[in-house]
Amino acid sequence: MLLLTCPYCGVDAEETELHAGGEAHLKRFGPGASDEDFTAYLFHRENPKGVHFERWRHANGCGKWFHAARCTNTLEVFGTYKAQTTEPPKDLLDTIRAKRPGFRWRDLA
Amino acid sequence: MKRYSAFAVAREAVRYHSGWERAWRKVEPKKRYDVIIVGAGGHGLATAYYLGKNFGITNVAVIEKGWLGGGNTGRNTTIIRSNYLQDPSAAIYEKARSLYETLSQDLNYNIMFSPRGVMMLAQTEHEIRGYRRTAHANRLQGVDTQFIGPARVKELCPIIELKGPRYPVLGALWQPRGGTARHDAVAWGYARACSDMGMDIIQKCEVTAVRQSGGKVTGVTTTKGDIDCDKLGIVVAGHSGVLAEMAGFRLPIESVALQALVSEPIKPVMDVVVMANTVHGYMSQSDKGEMVIGGGADGYNNYTQRGSFHHVEETVRALIETFPMISRLKMLRWWGGIVDMTGDRSPILSKTPLENCFINCGWGTGGFKAIPGSGWGMAELVAKGHSPLTAEFGLNRFREGRFIDESVAAGVAH
Repeated sequence: MLLLTCPYCGVDAEETELHAGGEAHLKRFGPGASDEDFTAYLFHRENPKGVHFERWRHANGCGKWFHAARCTNTLEVFGTYKAQTTEPPKDLLDTIRAKRPGFRWRDLA
Repeated sequence: MKRYSAFAVAREAVRYHSGWERAWRKVEPKKRYDVIIVGAGGHGLATAYYLGKNFGITNVAVIEKGWLGGGNTGRNTTIIRSNYLQDPSAAIYEKARSLYETLSQDLNYNIMFSPRGVMMLAQTEHEIRGYRRTAHANRLQGVDTQFIGPARVKELCPIIELKGPRYPVLGALWQPRGGTARHDAVAWGYARACSDMGMDIIQKCEVTAVRQSGGKVTGVTTTKGDIDCDKLGIVVAGHSGVLAEMAGFRLPIESVALQALVSEPIKPVMDVVVMANTVHGYMSQSDKGEMVIGGGADGYNNYTQRGSFHHVEETVRALIETFPMISRLKMLRWWGGIVDMTGDRSPILSKTPLENCFINCGWGTGGFKAIPGSGWGMAELVAKGHSPLTAEFGLNRFREGRFIDESVAAGVAH
């Protein structure tokens, strides 16, 4: 069972307390965007077998959205961080680089 | 290949079963094939089979990372039905269901197709309206389904509790020619028939790269060396994203875990398949007597092929309400598979941005029932470049907004 630490209330929340919200750090495209960008934004998703960045909501807790870095192949959780950012914090990326040398996710490495 | 028959069983019975041969040849890869299919699950093997049978293309290799039929083909709940709302879905699933009817004879391999009937319970007013609509649509599509009332539900499946406290049974969408089949046998039967046509089925051979030049596919690199091909078919379900990345394009797909479980075997108690979509659970009884139970998919990306406790609890809790008699049953086995989910919950059978590379994926939580139809359409797509069965399932439907929206039609994963 997945355990994620909510970065707002500090609770170690287990899966049933949380709601999965899909891929993190999506760049939003709307009217005026090219067809490629809009299609990619709406439908194309990162689907890595390995390190993944996601949005989660502490639904049965404080109710806030946050981010998590997780391995989809082992369910190892590298860390969680708050929602008000467009990219993962540097220290978390360093942790992941140390644990998973050579990982790639979009343009992060 | 020696044919299986009652005579063969009798012949082997008198000589200590010493004359059975391998069902498919064990081979090392050749340098080049006309077509390489990646993925020796049901869909991949069916694609290869119909390439040979319908189009005479037999210089084919089916490459498998693990063992034959060890992915979702061996992990599903073996339900076969075609009561879909949208026309393109009904066409391909009904093609598959009708091929299942005679598949044992076609393959000379008993796949134990059992058209015992599939019942989808309506437990809310909304579902009654939805299923009535589906039944009307099915009538226009030539798929034999009907909406039945609670009395008929009870008659067909006496162990159902009609007056459940939360969700009473208000009726059901009934497809009498739906049912189940032996899932492993489907893969084994296709593999044996492919091997008999001279195709190579190569197990424990992982594709590590897709080679291309000038926008055209030229072959694959595998753990057993480089293999060249004219055409490549990617039929790898949960790992489609990984293969697509090797080939250099993206897919509108996310891979999640779907789990199922079986109970200890008991005497026959139900001879139909029952699906309860409002509460997310479905159940049938296997020939061995186990109650085969499936539920909803996990909500997050996952490649672990394991289940999670709370989903099993949710599924079982819901089913106990509708089938109170199963509450004392012990769980015997429990497993998970990785399913490839698209946004509209319909599959992708398509050309790709890489020329001569074709993909068959996105079957999500309902691929087993489609195996023969999917292979039929995919083979035509690979051989001729287009197929009426797969025309609507192209990758470009997302960009063009032509969804085949079964997610709304079903209301749940299906």
